[in-house]
Amino acid sequence: MDYLIRFVQIRETFRRPEIEALALLANVNIDFLSYTENSPYSVVRLKDDVAAKMLIDRSISSKGIYELWGEGTTYDELHANVRHRSFSQWTLYQSCSFRFEFDTFSGSRTLAEQRSIIESFKYLGFNGPIKMKNSEQTFTIFEEYEYGNPNGPLRIFLGRFVGGSQRHVLNEYTLKKREYINTTSMDSELALLTANLSLAGEGKLFYDPFVGTGSFPIACSHFGARTLGSDIDGRMVRGRDGKDIKTNFRQYGLLSRYLDGLISDLTHSPLRKGRWLDGIIGDPPYGVREGLKVLGTKDGSRKEAVYIDGEAAHLQDKYIPPKKAYSFEAMLDDLLEFAAEMLVDGGRLSLWMPTANDEDVELGIPAHPCLELISVCVQTFNKWSRRLLTYRRVADSQVEDDLPVRQKMEMKGSTANDLNSFRKRYFEGFKTPLAGVSIEKPATGES
Amino acid sequence: MKILTVNFLTCAVKACKSSPLSFPLHFQDAELEQSDIEYNAAFLRNILPRVDWEALKITANELGFTTVPIEKPDLTPTSTATDKNPVRLPINTSEPQATDEKTMRDLHTLLLETEVREGKMVCGNCGHEYKIKEGIANFLLPSHLV
Repeated sequence: MDYLIRFVQIRETFRRPEIEALALLANVNIDFLSYTENSPYSVVRLKDDVAAKMLIDRSISSKGIYELWGEGTTYDELHANVRHRSFSQWTLYQSCSFRFEFDTFSGSRTLAEQRSIIESFKYLGFNGPIKMKNSEQTFTIFEEYEYGNPNGPLRIFLGRFVGGSQRHVLNEYTLKKREYINTTSMDSELALLTANLSLAGEGKLFYDPFVGTGSFPIACSHFGARTLGSDIDGRMVRGRDGKDIKTNFRQYGLLSRYLDGLISDLTHSPLRKGRWLDGIIGDPPYGVREGLKVLGTKDGSRKEAVYIDGEAAHLQDKYIPPKKAYSFEAMLDDLLEFAAEMLVDGGRLSLWMPTANDEDVELGIPAHPCLELISVCVQTFNKWSRRLLTYRRVADSQVEDDLPVRQKMEMKGSTANDLNSFRKRYFEGFKTPLAGVSIEKPATGES
Repeated sequence: MKILTVNFLTCAVKACKSSPLSFPLHFQDAELEQSDIEYNAAFLRNILPRVDWEALKITANELGFTTVPIEKPDLTPTSTATDKNPVRLPINTSEPQATDEKTMRDLHTLLLETEVREGKMVCGNCGHEYKIKEGIANFLLPSHLV
């Protein structure tokens, strides 16, 4: 059967990967018959209504799914296609209550036009009562116009509503109403999308090594996962003014799904090595708002324990362990290595990273032989963009040995700007090309 | 901090990772608290195979719990169709499953409903202490252990 997915026309690169992830979660076979980034309408082939409902139920990037009754570039074509495609279905809906709806993209229709178009479907022979609310069936006429050209639609579809998406929860999870947030809390819609891409679900265990105020664990737990978080910044995990990550989980009635928050550093993780995580989600600090720090000292000093009046300084309550600046690229490599060690086969790592996109000079996508890159989704801002990378842990038996492991970058310098080219460029307004990438100098400039 | 989480934690010092003495961490002065957590069989079944049973017994013993079964409950279904044996046998729903249910509920109480609110965890290899305050453990290391 063919179905029409009504996507939202924003964050287009997240949509298809999300639906593919949901198909995997619902154990549903899906074929995309038509999909483009510049249209909210995609036609897919699925087994039946049950599969369609299961597929779309968790979706954040779409509004709903419809059984496709017909398509065309003109109403004549559409009517012909409806007669051909769905004739055998008509009798099934002869006596139930129903309504017709309009969904126009980049165009509009007056009510009078809508009514006359709806009347043109009279031949379907529906005799049931028309109910504008709570009808048993809803039929939608979709019109897609060329942007800026209102002279008639490019494509028209008729669909029977089968199932709605998860977008109804967005209002509930919005950061505007969340009790405990800070400047780096991830937007709730993106967090829920990330949870879908990483296959968070009932019975699974997920971990966020940069937990902050808990945006990702909340999203994963919304979909049933049990979650664990940690942060090198103890203030985040402990909370302030009587509010913490648990306050948020309690707010959403998800407290039973939050396991624990730890204060720890990914480069010195206390997590037992082993393949016991179903998913890892992370938005590592880029070093703009939150300086990227790990445990250690800048010059490698203080290798001896310090004693004050005969007592070890590091055992005092007020002790703050020294931290040093760290390179973002090195952190990405550490995160991939960690994920390869910790994820179950088929488990996913979803990580956010920035991309300087104004000059096509990109931070490379990190690679690891045990992790297969599944999708790259891009969120564009005014002067920069960031990517959501999703990887799958492949079974050891399927790891291709000849894949090159990215060499750890030799760390040069010790200030935040030396170590973090993105941070430097952010504060320079992305005016200069990336340090070390000579795109303007001729190759033989110096001898 | 939940007892389940403790089973997934070891010493953060790199040199300790290879030592069997660094896992599990040992409790000192632990104050416990019980809370109500919604029972979820799917999560327990998923997570039990990943629990280190010997370590769990040590932890439970240190905290004064004596109810942990000697052997990890076998969660493989007693009779289901396999590739080699495609004939699906009727699933046994009598006595043994009822016991499983009780065992699972007890494990749920220990692993998820029991929390350490205050105390210390000590590495058996290097002796470093990790403090737990208001249920949150701090694993940040002083510079001489980094």
